[in-house]
Amino acid sequence: MGSVGLVTPQSMSFAEPLPLQSGASLRDYTLVYETYGTLNADKSNAVLVCHALNASHHVAGTYADQPKSEGWWDNLVGPGQPLDTNRFFVIGVNNPGSCFGSTGPMHTNPATGTPYGADFPVVTVEDWVDAQARLLDGLGIKQLAAVLGGSLGGMQALSWSLRYPERLRHCVAVATAPNLSAQNIAFNEVARRAIITDPEFYGGHFYAHGVVPRRGLRVARMIGHITYLSDDSMEAKFGRSLKGSQPAYSTQDIEFEIESYLRYQGDKFSEYFDANTYLLITRALDYFDPARAHGGDLSAAFAAARCKYQLVSFTTDWRFSPARSREIVKALLDNRFDVSYAEIDAPHGHDAFLLDDPRYHGVLRACFDNIAKEVTR
Amino acid sequence: MSDLKTMELIAQLVPKGSRVLDLGCGNGALLAHLRDTRQCNGYGIEIADANVLACTQRGVNVIQLNLEEGLAIFEDQSFDVVLQLDTMQHLRHTERLLRETARVGRVGVISFPNFAHWPNRLRVATGRMPVTKALPYQWYDTPNIRVGTFTDCEVLLRKDGFQVLDAFGMQDGRAVRRFPNLMASVAVFKFQRG
Repeated sequence: MGSVGLVTPQSMSFAEPLPLQSGASLRDYTLVYETYGTLNADKSNAVLVCHALNASHHVAGTYADQPKSEGWWDNLVGPGQPLDTNRFFVIGVNNPGSCFGSTGPMHTNPATGTPYGADFPVVTVEDWVDAQARLLDGLGIKQLAAVLGGSLGGMQALSWSLRYPERLRHCVAVATAPNLSAQNIAFNEVARRAIITDPEFYGGHFYAHGVVPRRGLRVARMIGHITYLSDDSMEAKFGRSLKGSQPAYSTQDIEFEIESYLRYQGDKFSEYFDANTYLLITRALDYFDPARAHGGDLSAAFAAARCKYQLVSFTTDWRFSPARSREIVKALLDNRFDVSYAEIDAPHGHDAFLLDDPRYHGVLRACFDNIAKEVTR
Repeated sequence: MSDLKTMELIAQLVPKGSRVLDLGCGNGALLAHLRDTRQCNGYGIEIADANVLACTQRGVNVIQLNLEEGLAIFEDQSFDVVLQLDTMQHLRHTERLLRETARVGRVGVISFPNFAHWPNRLRVATGRMPVTKALPYQWYDTPNIRVGTFTDCEVLLRKDGFQVLDAFGMQDGRAVRRFPNLMASVAVFKFQRG
């Protein structure tokens, strides 16, 4: 068991415009990606890993001269890990609209010669999947052994099975949902309002003013972070612990440990994340709803699929609850697809999908072991 | 259900090529057996993490669910056969799940420990609850919260309007068709909606 070691991002540029769900299109875009392991001779062992809200193409491994630069799924992807890079060729790709290298709001809009800012077109899960498919075309990969994703990444994995049913054999979707609930959209809207109402947002064109809407980003991250943790895990980690030894009787200073933690998370996030990207990605979450084109019938939406499915949810995840995964399972059962579903009794809330609970990783290891048996070495 | 003879005895109740739902499928051995020897496909339902993992390792479709919450996830008559083996004695909502079994499947197959097997009767006659190979627990720690007999099950199935297609006892991997209520430690019923 180990790490894939030092990795280097690569990039692929596309001259052909990418048509988007909104009717707009994305011109002259670049996708940044990383790969781990070796593509076999018949190109049958490729696994695409889709990222969630604040992650990137950097799934595993580390960057030279950068301490603590492990990829966001380094505990899952690597030699001897559940997604074993000795057997699979794993691809991580940064989605357009992101702020980690692929074409995004801070890049130059070819139509104006200035940064896109708020003019970056609205992108959807389906648009991302289309962009990822073009990357695979460029890599000469016709069919993936599997697409894997958690949360928003899980939505992409599901979307892959609907948009390109012949191009994947397995869909592995963790802690995800067939669409966002009203409550979930509401959380996203609070985060967006925090950003948009920050005076330094300038309608999304803050780059020209040399500022960053940090206050908005901080609050957006704080509200997001609360929803990724369970009540129990927050209680266990912070409880009612005070920052000092006695209450300071202040309304504005940090009094409780949980406040300190959230502010720290918010500060850290506002240093590296782009405000326009946050708006775009939360909107992509909001819009995802494959059943919508089928009158709300999720089973009908999945009728187009051809692959086998593995779903996983976590009992304490209230942002993407087990009930939402069960809706997907039901739609797959209605279509008589091969599906397995594990509901892991982990205490960590939505964040559990990034952690290494042995039951969770055990199921994914078993799942990928079986997928590996179908692949020639 | 890992005992090969017992597994084969149950497998013979499942027509070849059936679409099967196995409620409380354990480690998935029976589903794998049905897949490999009778070209069946389908799903297992399990609540225990270790069994869910074992099924996944075998490449058997498994859905992690609590059977006490019912089978709402499955449509009416969506399976040829629904198995409920060595499971119903652990369930609080026994009768409801029996009805669910017949709703979801065209045919139901159930098995459970027969409390009227003669060694159990002898033990009760001495004033103690039975502790045997089929019922290895003490009364205070048994997971078998529903204790019934072969004949009790006949009565229940009749009361709920089910049609019994086959019924026999099982003892040491063999079918017991003479006096199963007395002579078998396990009761087996194959039934459908009346």
